[in-house]
Amino acid sequence: MSILINKNSKVIVQGFTGTEGTYHSTQMIEYGTNIVGGVTPGKGGATHLGKPVFNTVSEAIKQTSANVSIIFVPPKFAANAITEAAEAGIKIIVCITEGIPTNDMISVKEFLKDKDCRLIGPNCPGIITPGEAKIGIMPGFIHKKGIVGVVSRSGTLTYEAVDQLTKAGLGQTTAIGIGGDPIIGTTILDAVKLFMADEETKGIVMIGEIGGGMEADAAYWLKENKTKPVVAFIAGRTAPKGRTMGHAGAIIGGKDDTADAKIKILKDCGVMVADSPAEIGSKMKKELEKIK
Amino acid sequence: MNLHEYQAKNLLKKFGVIVPEGFVANNVDEAIDAAKKIKEITGKEQFVVKAQIHAGGRGKGGGVKPAKTFDEVKEYAGKIIGMQLITHQTGPEGKKVNKVLIEQNIFYKGESDIKEFYLSILLNRKTSRNIIMYSTEGGMDIEQVAEKTPHLIFTEEINPKTGLEDSQCEKIASNLNIDGVAYSNMLPFLKALYNAYISIDASLVEINPLFKTSDNIIMAADAKVRIDNNALFRHPEFLELRDISEEDPTEVEASKFKLNYIKLDGNIGCMVNGAGLAMATMDIIKLAGGEPANFLDVGGSADAKRVENAFRIILKDPNVKAILVNIFGGIVWCDRVAQGIVEAYKSIGNIPVPIIVRLQGTNAGKAKEIIDKSGLKVQSAILLQDAANLVTDALKKV
Repeated sequence: MSILINKNSKVIVQGFTGTEGTYHSTQMIEYGTNIVGGVTPGKGGATHLGKPVFNTVSEAIKQTSANVSIIFVPPKFAANAITEAAEAGIKIIVCITEGIPTNDMISVKEFLKDKDCRLIGPNCPGIITPGEAKIGIMPGFIHKKGIVGVVSRSGTLTYEAVDQLTKAGLGQTTAIGIGGDPIIGTTILDAVKLFMADEETKGIVMIGEIGGGMEADAAYWLKENKTKPVVAFIAGRTAPKGRTMGHAGAIIGGKDDTADAKIKILKDCGVMVADSPAEIGSKMKKELEKIK
Repeated sequence: MNLHEYQAKNLLKKFGVIVPEGFVANNVDEAIDAAKKIKEITGKEQFVVKAQIHAGGRGKGGGVKPAKTFDEVKEYAGKIIGMQLITHQTGPEGKKVNKVLIEQNIFYKGESDIKEFYLSILLNRKTSRNIIMYSTEGGMDIEQVAEKTPHLIFTEEINPKTGLEDSQCEKIASNLNIDGVAYSNMLPFLKALYNAYISIDASLVEINPLFKTSDNIIMAADAKVRIDNNALFRHPEFLELRDISEEDPTEVEASKFKLNYIKLDGNIGCMVNGAGLAMATMDIIKLAGGEPANFLDVGGSADAKRVENAFRIILKDPNVKAILVNIFGGIVWCDRVAQGIVEAYKSIGNIPVPIIVRLQGTNAGKAKEIIDKSGLKVQSAILLQDAANLVTDALKKV
C-alpha cells in the first residue's frame, strides 16, 4: 500500500508541451508513471511524447479517465489551472509551480473547500510512490519501495532524507513534498494522518522548517494518535528573525514559529527529533528496531 | 518588497485612505518647500519631520521630530537627512537616512479627544484567509502588546468571496470604542484600506497608529506596506518603488546572478541547492562547532558560472574561514557541479580558505573522483555527516 497515488493512478500534465512540462513528463514516463495525456490550451489534437494533448482538463478526463493532474503552468495562470482541474473532477492535483501570488491562493483554497479533491503544493517537488508512480520533479533513482512515509516542506532536503532511508535499507511507502509557500493544499498533519492509517507505513519522517504552525498542529495530533514511530527534523535553528529563507513561507514572525519552539513542542508531544539532518535515516532505523 | 512610509501613503491615498498632508524631501530646501505647501493647504504651521527608512521605532531613535516653524523644519530636516538612524529594528550599525517626509502635525486640539489605535491587514496562514488585526493600544510595539495584554488585540477574518462586510467594520469601530462622527468615518476608512490591500497585492498593511483626530477624522498616521513579491508581475510600476540603498549590497549583487544570498555573522560560508537543505546545512555547521556566515541557495542549475559567482560572493565576507558546498544532485548532475567547482576555483585563482565539497545524488561517485583528482585544496565527501566532520576539522586549524 501507499498513500494517495499508486501504479493505477492515471495522470495528466497541465502545461504538458512547455519546457518544464516536457522535461519532467519525459522523466516521469521513464520512471513508469502512467501518464495518459496532457493539457495545453490551443494545442488540443496534437500528440506530445507519444501522448494525446487536450485543450481542457475536462476533455482530457472524458477521453482518458485521468484522476491525477500535475501542473507546470507559469505562476500567472497556475491558480486557474488548479481550479480548472478541481472543477473538472480531478482527485489529486499536484502543483509544482513556484511564485503564485498569495491572493490567488486564498481564492483557490476557498474554491476547493466544497470540492472532493486534494491539492498538493504549490511550490513543491511532488509525490512519489517508489516503483509505482512518480508525480513530481524528484530524482526517481534515490527512492526505494519500503516502509517509511516521508512528508516535507522542502525539496532537496526531502531528497536527503529519502536517500538516507534508502541507504539504511528502510525505503519509502510514499514521499510527499508539500511545498514551501504560506498557503498550500496539503498540510503536514494531513499527510501524517494518511500515513498513520496506512498499514504498510511502519514509521513516519516529517521535515519541517521555520515559519507557520503546521509542525505544531501535527505534534498535538500525534500526542493523542501516534501508533507508530515519528522522526522529525526542523530546518532553520540558525535562521535569523524576520528574513525570508528562500521559501516564501520560511520566515520567523513570532516566538512560536522558530525552529527551537517547534522542536520543543514536538518533543513534548512524544515525537523523536533529529538534531542533525545527517541523522534522519539512522534515527528512524533505531526507532523501528525498538518496536520489533 | 517593503515600501517607505511616503510611498505607502501615496499608494493608499489613491484608494481613498485618508492620510495626513505631506510631501517627501531629499534635502533641506525641498523640506522647506514641502512645509510651505502644507501650510497653504492646512493653514497651520504645525509639522512633523519623519526619517524615511525601512525600520520601525524611528521616533525613539530621534528620526521623528515635531516642528512649529519653517526654521525648525529646516533645522530638523538638516539633522535627520544623512544621519545614521539606530532603532531596535536596524541593528547596532543603524541605517542612513536619505529622505524625510514632511507632514502636517495631526495632534491639533479640537472638539474631542485624540485617540490612537493599531490596525493591520495580513494573511492568517492557519485559515488561508486575510485578517484584520486591531487594538486599542495604538502607537506601541504590537509584539509587546501581544505579550503583555493579549486581550486587547482583536481579529476579524475576511471571507474572500464577500470581502470586508459592513457588520465587520461596525464591530471593529465599536471594539475600539469609536462613536459619533468618527464612527461613521471609520467604515469608509476600513473599506478603502482593505480595497487597497487587495488591489495592490500587499502581504501586509500596518497602520500604527491609526489616528482619530480631535475633529473626528480617521486617518493613517503611519503606514507600513509590504508587497507580495510573487504578484509584482501584475504591478510593474511598483518596481521603481524599490529602494536598493535599503538592502545589503552583496545581497543585491547576488540577486543579479539569481543567487538567493543572505549575509549572516558567522565564520563558515556555505553554498547549497534548495532553501530547506540550505537551512539544514547552516544548522549542521553550527552542530559542527562553527557559525554559518550566510544562507546561499544556488537554485536548480549549479553550472560553473553560477558556482564561480557564488564563491566570489561568499569570499567578499572577510569573516569566512572555510566554505562548505552541499549539493544534492537530482536534476543537477553532481559531476557537472564538480567540474564547475574545479573551473571556478581555477578562474578565481587562489582561494585562501579551505573548501569542503559534499556532492550527493546523480553521479556522486564520479563527482568525488573529479574533485579528488583535481589537485586543488578541496576536500570531498559524499555523506552529510562526513562533510560535517570535515568542517569540524577545518575549524580546529583556524
